[in-house]
Amino acid sequence: MESGIKQVDYWRWSESRWTNPEISDWKGGLVTAGIDIGSTSTQAVIFVDGKMYAYSSIRTGSNSPDSALNAVKWAMDGTGMTQDDLNFTVGTGYGRVNVPFADKTITEISCHARGANYLYGPTVRTILDMGGQDCKAIHCDEKGSVTAFMMNDKCAAGTGRGMEVIANLLSVHVEDIGDMSFQIDEEPPPVSSICVIFAKSEATNLMRRGWSKEKVLAAYCHAMAFRVVKLLEREGVEEDFAITGGIAKNKGVVKRIESLLGIKALEANFDTQLAGAVGGAIFAKEFFEKAARKREGK
Amino acid sequence: MKAHYGYEDGSGSYYITVNTEYCATCDGKPCTDACVQGIFAREEDDFDDEIVVVREDARNSLKSICAACKPQIGGSRSLPCEVSCKQGMIAHSW
Ligand code: SF4
Ligand code: SF4
Repeated sequence: MESGIKQVDYWRWSESRWTNPEISDWKGGLVTAGIDIGSTSTQAVIFVDGKMYAYSSIRTGSNSPDSALNAVKWAMDGTGMTQDDLNFTVGTGYGRVNVPFADKTITEISCHARGANYLYGPTVRTILDMGGQDCKAIHCDEKGSVTAFMMNDKCAAGTGRGMEVIANLLSVHVEDIGDMSFQIDEEPPPVSSICVIFAKSEATNLMRRGWSKEKVLAAYCHAMAFRVVKLLEREGVEEDFAITGGIAKNKGVVKRIESLLGIKALEANFDTQLAGAVGGAIFAKEFFEKAARKREGK
Repeated sequence: MKAHYGYEDGSGSYYITVNTEYCATCDGKPCTDACVQGIFAREEDDFDDEIVVVREDARNSLKSICAACKPQIGGSRSLPCEVSCKQGMIAHSW
């Protein structure tokens, strides 16, 4: 029997696509793609002659090859481009081996560094990538080559998945968490637990004790920020500092990271989830050109 | 490239750092045989150089894996992995 109650997926974030209006004709250009299959989201980025031409960002489905195909098809939507027009494709991310049309796979660490270098500029030296299921601190040089990295994938705290769990628990849309976490009179201490399972029961207890949702969210964002700052401290933070991944869109976490570090992160004027796929598309261009030079005996 | 593998939990921070700068030209990659638990694996990096990484299935339990090698408080510290790397490219955080 139908209950009549509509189930709301509070964790659901918006999917998106974009075409660069400044590139009117891609035909005849070098077309490369980066496909980043993460645990929760998939991005396809298409470059023409080294410039971003189109992208899409979708939720990763249960089948990674399908997610890769759907993402690239949606990125090409309305452009007249088909998969046959891709000169070289790089697969990256957790599901990189599952991109059926990839010419090469590259780790997300290298791709994020290269992508951040393109998106934020060559002054970026430290990148914090807060993904769906892990969190990475990456150091790079002025060319976007990785000099050091560290990763935490032991637990979901400090990741997109952890944030989705809290969104569902508190019935708050994941995209509203950042703003809501500042609607408080005074910053509460972070929830003490760094494990998302315990943080969940701790949040439930705080609500029972009369804490508002806003206050619980503030404490949770604070705990997430605290946890990733500990990760960053292993190798230090060299400026410029940038945050990529889905959590970079959550001001509640970003502002608290900035305040704990005493450093401001570079402002992003693009979707921060794209960095890995952008890096993939740039590598794709380099690999294609390298192979072409080799063929010509140069 | 300095790769930090490991984690931090309530009891402390457990990271093994491998600086892969010399791995590609390191003959025999002695660290892979020296580790009694076999946690180091050869892998091709993104630019087709053969380097050494900490195995993925070991990264989240380093504290217990390395416990047998760690000296008791006050004992001398000469871990087989650290000793095997003549270039001094392997380091433990604990
Ligand atoms: S012994 Fe040292 S340099 Fe040689 S492969 Fe192992 S970590 Fe690399
Ligand atoms: S301490 Fe022992 S078990 Fe741990 S990495 Fe070194 S040799 Fe292997």
